[in-house]
Amino acid sequence: MSGIPHDHYEPKTRGEKWVESRLPIIGLMYNTLMIPTPRNLNWWWIFGIVLAFCLVLQIVTGIVLAMHYTPHVDMAFASIEHIMRNVNGGHMLRYLHANGASLFFFAVYIHIFRGLFYGSYKSPREITWIIGMLIFLAMMATGFMGYVLPWGQMSFWGATVITGLFGAIPFIGEPIQTWLLGGPAVDNATLNRFFSLHYLLPFIIAALVVVHIWAFHTTGNNNPTGVEVRRGSKAEAEKDTLPFWPYFVIKDLFALGVIMIGFWAIVGFMPNFLGHPDNYMEANPLVTPAHIVPEWYFLPFYAILRAFTSEVWVVQFASFVTGGIIDAKFFGVLAMFGAIIVLALVPWLDTSSVRSGRYRPMFRWWFYLLIIDFMVLMWLGAMPAEEPYASYALIASAYWFAYFLIILPILGVLEKPTQPPATIEDDFDAHYGESAAAADAAPAE
Amino acid sequence: MFKTLAIGAAFALALGPTASLAAGGEGHIEDFAFSFEGPFGTYDQNQLQRGLQIYTQICSSCHGLQYVPLRTLGDPGGPGLPEDQVRAYAAENFSVFDPELDDDRPAKPTDHFPANTAAGAPDLSLMAKARAGFHGPYGLGINQLVHGMGGAEYIASILTGYTGEEKEEAGAVFYENTAFPGGWIAMAPPLWGEDVDFADGHSNELHHEAQDVAAFLMWTAEPKMMARKQAGFVGVLMLTVLTVLLYLTNKRLWAPVKGRKSV
Ligand code: HEC
Repeated sequence: MSGIPHDHYEPKTRGEKWVESRLPIIGLMYNTLMIPTPRNLNWWWIFGIVLAFCLVLQIVTGIVLAMHYTPHVDMAFASIEHIMRNVNGGHMLRYLHANGASLFFFAVYIHIFRGLFYGSYKSPREITWIIGMLIFLAMMATGFMGYVLPWGQMSFWGATVITGLFGAIPFIGEPIQTWLLGGPAVDNATLNRFFSLHYLLPFIIAALVVVHIWAFHTTGNNNPTGVEVRRGSKAEAEKDTLPFWPYFVIKDLFALGVIMIGFWAIVGFMPNFLGHPDNYMEANPLVTPAHIVPEWYFLPFYAILRAFTSEVWVVQFASFVTGGIIDAKFFGVLAMFGAIIVLALVPWLDTSSVRSGRYRPMFRWWFYLLIIDFMVLMWLGAMPAEEPYASYALIASAYWFAYFLIILPILGVLEKPTQPPATIEDDFDAHYGESAAAADAAPAE
Repeated sequence: MFKTLAIGAAFALALGPTASLAAGGEGHIEDFAFSFEGPFGTYDQNQLQRGLQIYTQICSSCHGLQYVPLRTLGDPGGPGLPEDQVRAYAAENFSVFDPELDDDRPAKPTDHFPANTAAGAPDLSLMAKARAGFHGPYGLGINQLVHGMGGAEYIASILTGYTGEEKEEAGAVFYENTAFPGGWIAMAPPLWGEDVDFADGHSNELHHEAQDVAAFLMWTAEPKMMARKQAGFVGVLMLTVLTVLLYLTNKRLWAPVKGRKSV
């Protein structure tokens, strides 16, 4: 698929020509910034910018924090307090970084659900989707390891529980766990390698982001109608699109501003709301907290992990047919990773020929239910593993899998979609009225 | 725009849970009114000084404050003692081990409050952030949006929550306490009322003492709270101006593109 036709950069001055004939970097930047973008993108499309901002925020604050932090079990907790009390602006840096992780996940979840609703994962955008899933995984690894660094109680016990998951893999689990931890238990070696990887992974995320953008700049953005931009000629394409700069840059910056107001208010007025109080106690391998709870952004998957206990018949069945190789613990691990894998495979699970949920009357309701399901799972992940929460968690987990593995494949066959507009231009004009400029057949100012 | 806000609110509802589960959280926490609550709340300097006095005369015999540098007693946004008083306070009340002298010497402002593990009591530097007083409804932690996390309320409720009942278990004495999760705490009631006399003549009833020392411990846990709230306020204000300007720019930019219906 060739890109959307548009103006390309022509070096004019001698200097520009000199550079461009040696390294076409100005052209690359021009083409990236001026990329034709569907003019009907709605506000759900602003989270890409928010995510890019989060990555930069985390890297910048993180680099400064790393200058003052000591990755050693005897000093890590105290070095955080040193940052909070003695480093100039250290308390703001740390709260920005900690809450920045929450903003990052908040934005990524909306971004993912936006993609799920408007069918952004569908052909030809599967690679964009898969790269996005890799970014999501790398974010989870980074967030998890970052939470270990302050070496509080939840750091330590969260790390113990999560790395313990790898120990649940039959036969090879325990060697893997020991290898990950650098020893038999979470200790100084673990803290050191987590610090190292926590510093490395954001740069891998940055590289993946470049590929993610490269991929969807090749296919073009999806849009709320799911109808592709017309590519017959430049003039035709221009009826459906507007250049990214300035139209979408300014729109996105405005939206980023709104989100930043909320974010800054949280950092300034309630920076610990999203954290766990137990992490203000130094890690103590001898005292297990009453409830071990991960950060909020892991809760839905944590709930799925815990939902499959040995009392559930599917688990008993799996254990029976595998001769006990798959026990409840391993089943839970498989379910948790499976929950992310089905998400990654959605381009091939959704059989509908219509891309956008706007024109899928049945799909919508199942989709809204999925969002509710996700929130319920998030709540259940924080509740103790006891009745009635355990039963709720099982139902909610079952729906998550059913949505991807049963409902989406069947809906494509059963559902009778409504008619999407013929072009993006039609959709845009239907919403805003025919543009004044187009009506007068005069070029827009 | 509204949709964005709506989902924001919906997520906020879902976010609460992590913040909501402290150590069991069954105790009864009284919602004391503190001066530092809310976005504009500030520490009451006199209250912090009274709290410091209670800590020094009573709590410090069992509890340390190992993360708190003594010099910060003179910092703005804290008890704000004059420099000479900080020096005198450090030297009179605490001694620290000096590896160079290979001996104890009186503490200096550059030292920290000493750690104290003698009685098996936890360090109090961060206690006010290590406990959440409020968790509900349904463990969602949303009421923290209204009341705050409730760490200081928790501490004050512990200090006023003794019923007078005692029991002995495995050679240790436990005291019944309505705020403590589980109901029985190993700390003997440290305050009874009229335990200290305040220079400013402030009431030394149990309720007041508990609140004063809890406020002081909030400061030890979050010494930069006032600077932080100020940065929050200024930041929100500047971002709002910037966002309004971006809104107007955006409207202007898109106006020619959008059709007549939007005009
Ligand atoms: C006689 C020694 C002693 C004195 C004096 C003392 N404490 Fe304690 N304190 C303890 C012990 C021991 C514990 C641990 C209790 C437990 O975990 O059951 C404790 C625990 C606490 C806790 C933590 C409760 C929890 O949630 O784990 C707080 C808060 C506290 N003390 C505050 C104070 C304050 C404020 C003072 C001064 C007014 C004070 N203590 C004076 C011995 C003391």
